[in-house]
Amino acid sequence: MANLEQALQRTSLMDVLWDIQKKRRYISHDDKTKIAKEFNISRMELEGVISFYHFFHRKNAGKYTIYLNCSTISKLHHYQAVKEAFEEEIGIKIGNVTPDKLFGFFKTSCIGLSDQESSALINFYPFTNLTPAKAKTIISKLRDGHPLESLCDIPKDNIQYRPEEDDKTVFFKTYKPGKALKKLKDYRPDDVIELVKNSKLSGRGGAFFPTGIKWQFCKDNIADQKYIICNADEGEPGTFKDRVLMNNHPGLLLEGMAMAGYAVGATEGTIYLRAEYFYLKEKLEETINDFNKNGLLGKNILGIEGFDFKVNVHMGAGAYICGEETALIASMEGKRGEPTTKEFFPVEKGFLGKPTVVNNVETLCAVPRILEMGLEKYLKIGTNATPGTKLLSVSGDCKKPGVYEIEWGMKLKDFLDLIEAKDPHYILFNGFAGEFLSSVDFDREISGENLLAEHIQFSFNDPIEYSRKMSGVGLRSGGSFMVFNSTRDLLSILKNITKFFVAESCGICVPCRTGNFLLNKKINKIMLCHADKSDLDEIKEWSTIIKQSSRCGLGKTSTNCLLTAMLKFPGEFQKCLLAESDFNQAFKLEKAVEDYDNIIHEIESSYE
Amino acid sequence: MNKLVNITIDGRKYQVHEGKNLVDAAKENGIYIPTLCHFHEVNPPLGTCRICTVVVNNKTTTSCTTKVYEGMEVEINTPELQDTRKAIIEMLFAEGNHFCPSCEKSGNCDMQNLAYDMGITVSRFPHVYSNKVVDFNSDRMIMESNRCILCKRCVEEVKTKEGMDVFSFVNRGVKTRVHIDYDEEAKLTDAEALHAMNLCPVGAILVKGMIYEQPFGDRKYDIVGKDKEAPKREGTKKRSDENKFIVATTSLAGCFGCHMSLLDIDTEILDVLEIVEFNKSPLTDIKKFSKRCDIGLIEGGCANSENIEVLKEFRKKCDILIGFGECAIMGGIPAMRNFVPLKECLEEAYIHGLTGEIGANVIPNHEDIPKLLNNVYPCNEIVKIDYYIPGCPPNASHIWKVVKNILLNEEYSITHEEFKYD
Repeated sequence: MANLEQALQRTSLMDVLWDIQKKRRYISHDDKTKIAKEFNISRMELEGVISFYHFFHRKNAGKYTIYLNCSTISKLHHYQAVKEAFEEEIGIKIGNVTPDKLFGFFKTSCIGLSDQESSALINFYPFTNLTPAKAKTIISKLRDGHPLESLCDIPKDNIQYRPEEDDKTVFFKTYKPGKALKKLKDYRPDDVIELVKNSKLSGRGGAFFPTGIKWQFCKDNIADQKYIICNADEGEPGTFKDRVLMNNHPGLLLEGMAMAGYAVGATEGTIYLRAEYFYLKEKLEETINDFNKNGLLGKNILGIEGFDFKVNVHMGAGAYICGEETALIASMEGKRGEPTTKEFFPVEKGFLGKPTVVNNVETLCAVPRILEMGLEKYLKIGTNATPGTKLLSVSGDCKKPGVYEIEWGMKLKDFLDLIEAKDPHYILFNGFAGEFLSSVDFDREISGENLLAEHIQFSFNDPIEYSRKMSGVGLRSGGSFMVFNSTRDLLSILKNITKFFVAESCGICVPCRTGNFLLNKKINKIMLCHADKSDLDEIKEWSTIIKQSSRCGLGKTSTNCLLTAMLKFPGEFQKCLLAESDFNQAFKLEKAVEDYDNIIHEIESSYE
Repeated sequence: MNKLVNITIDGRKYQVHEGKNLVDAAKENGIYIPTLCHFHEVNPPLGTCRICTVVVNNKTTTSCTTKVYEGMEVEINTPELQDTRKAIIEMLFAEGNHFCPSCEKSGNCDMQNLAYDMGITVSRFPHVYSNKVVDFNSDRMIMESNRCILCKRCVEEVKTKEGMDVFSFVNRGVKTRVHIDYDEEAKLTDAEALHAMNLCPVGAILVKGMIYEQPFGDRKYDIVGKDKEAPKREGTKKRSDENKFIVATTSLAGCFGCHMSLLDIDTEILDVLEIVEFNKSPLTDIKKFSKRCDIGLIEGGCANSENIEVLKEFRKKCDILIGFGECAIMGGIPAMRNFVPLKECLEEAYIHGLTGEIGANVIPNHEDIPKLLNNVYPCNEIVKIDYYIPGCPPNASHIWKVVKNILLNEEYSITHEEFKYD
């Protein structure tokens, strides 16, 4: 029991750290000593937690902490110029803090605003569609003491498309709080699970695990407490549909969570919101309050005896890996966000060791809609294996970036017409953990039909065989859709991707930690035109090893983009290759003796 | 735990106790699955090193985290899996600084032993030459992060009586390190501190003063596996139309120890000379290549511009290049200067060093003196190396076996004793 109390207290560690970070702009040595004592953990363990998260600083991060998004899409929208403008205006290079501690300027990976790049967060207030001029204005206004609230942008929703009829739309149509929840009166918990199972709803974060089965597992595990966690750690670069969904229909999400709680017998729910979405926190909490007031959350919801459910919001602190459910749970428990070995799944032993359901925002939002429109109507939308609609976040070289709610089953080429992509050459589908698509894939449909096992899908060596075998196979995405035209440089995109994985690997397992680091060096070698054919073979070999042996989904998927890019755009790699040679062209003697020459030069000049 | 279940391992059927860890279940049936982070006292298993990767029902997973159940089909020793495991160990060698000849833990090191077992001669990955902090601050312990493989054993296992962590992971990704909490460390008993050192599968955690308690040669892995054979390797046929094969040798940045070892076959050298003629080599004192050679033996890595020139010359003049000894393979002892700025190295050697001439205050430089490189490089980072013979130094008969095998296209194997150098 003593242990449990301690663990319970530990769950508030992240909140404490956030309070200090926000107030003091960093977590000082003295803070650490104090916190460690309060939480009864060793100082170094606390240090380990703090240093795991990108947004916690151990040195002053400036009164105004600027995080400029450095993800690949921002590079298409004046990233470089904006960065230089900031640097010039505040007088420091990125990664530093001004001597007067007024500004801190840092890079960060995708902040979920890919449709309005370049973007930045200043003390977590969003700034979108940045230009060098805008950057300069922001800084000078901040210097003049204008409050951030008055300067920041309100991120646009950019909902570009939804099916024309309401009957075909699941998410982006009129929402009336409690409408779906009221229907629960006619459903027993088992009926809800049955309904979700029959709807074939599956994890919309990108893993596509059948939601009904997950709920069933959780329900079958008897425990005094169970938890529902909404995974709103939308970290996959290029994804922002959860942001838009939460901004539009926060109530829908709460209803979905309450239903999940009702179905599995959980009375507590948490929204794990990524720190990049701090600006949504207030809205979510207001909605929770409204729901509590109106009896849509709380005790005996809508008069249903024993239907208790409460929701709170837990803030992440900048770690992509926390989108992985076991890492997310570790993070909520106030630990380093390292994924577990899956000896137990969260539905068996999750948050604080209790059965826990972790679902994506979109998944949870779908449930009340299914209940509202009825299974029959829902199943008429989409395809057989994947009924319903899917939200895709579109960014890159197209006329209409934004969120699209499309019926599953749309052909890729039709989708490209819809987003008005003029010259879609490289398509990064399903984010950095996804795959590259090319014109060979244009006739495939976006759905979960005829899927192949993953180890087959990424084992093709021959483009012709690939197009033959994959032509009828559906394309499934968690939501990220980035498109690049033919003038873009594939290798720089790949470099951005591998760098991302080097930065975001939790570091706990060897292949992911070291393998991605070494692959990143290989990409450099290719970009410098020092590689020969054997390097390409090695990339394939190493990628396969990382894929095979990594501990969690991050490592297992981190090389997908690279492998598919090499398969589909071999020319982009070949044009950088050297003829095979016994000599390593990367080694340059002049460069290797530079240090020595300088030292000798220094000595000789001192003689004179 | 009592029920017996049927499982298939590499096509053969076995009966094992349900729920047993796959590593143990396989071991009971005489099947060895290599492990590194796995440690019987730590439960749940750590699953950090991924060396015990196997295929279970067509999916790759680690055996230490897998419990056996009825009908389970396991693949353990397929060539692909063996290579994956080997690659992970090689990654660890490339990631950290594992200068076995100078490591206190040599002979007691789990990773070193695994590398021997797997017949690793060289890492396929480029050496990173990590330059992490070596922490001497604790009164009792040394934390050598350059050797740490982040297995997490110490983090999970070593706690104070109050249950506080002594070791913790700090930072993330490639920057992850194990740090010692000095206050908590001070609360450990001496026995617990020793336990931490012994728990470490490499030479990262060291207890001051207790490092050489056990002499080299009598250590854990010095005795076991004496009869183990290194994996066989297929030879490459070379021409045999000439009377004799021509061999050249050189010592770059090394200590000449490998060349000394070359001569250690004593009178057998006469047999060697039956089939081999030496060209450029310190053994013959021939300074310049006078003909094309079949094999070039390279000792040492590259520390200066002359080494580079000689190595490139060898590549041009020899059909096959063999790197022999650790220095040629990964820079070896000379590469330990890679962690010190060149200027400091020179100053230490010529000005501040205890062995310098009294009153010396000049760093020698002249156009005839080769220029030092910023780093010491392994030979394969400069030119293509065809074969490697590991060791510090490699054993004489090992070297000649490799040479003969390559020349005569014979299969060969080497005994564990010949292969193992601590």
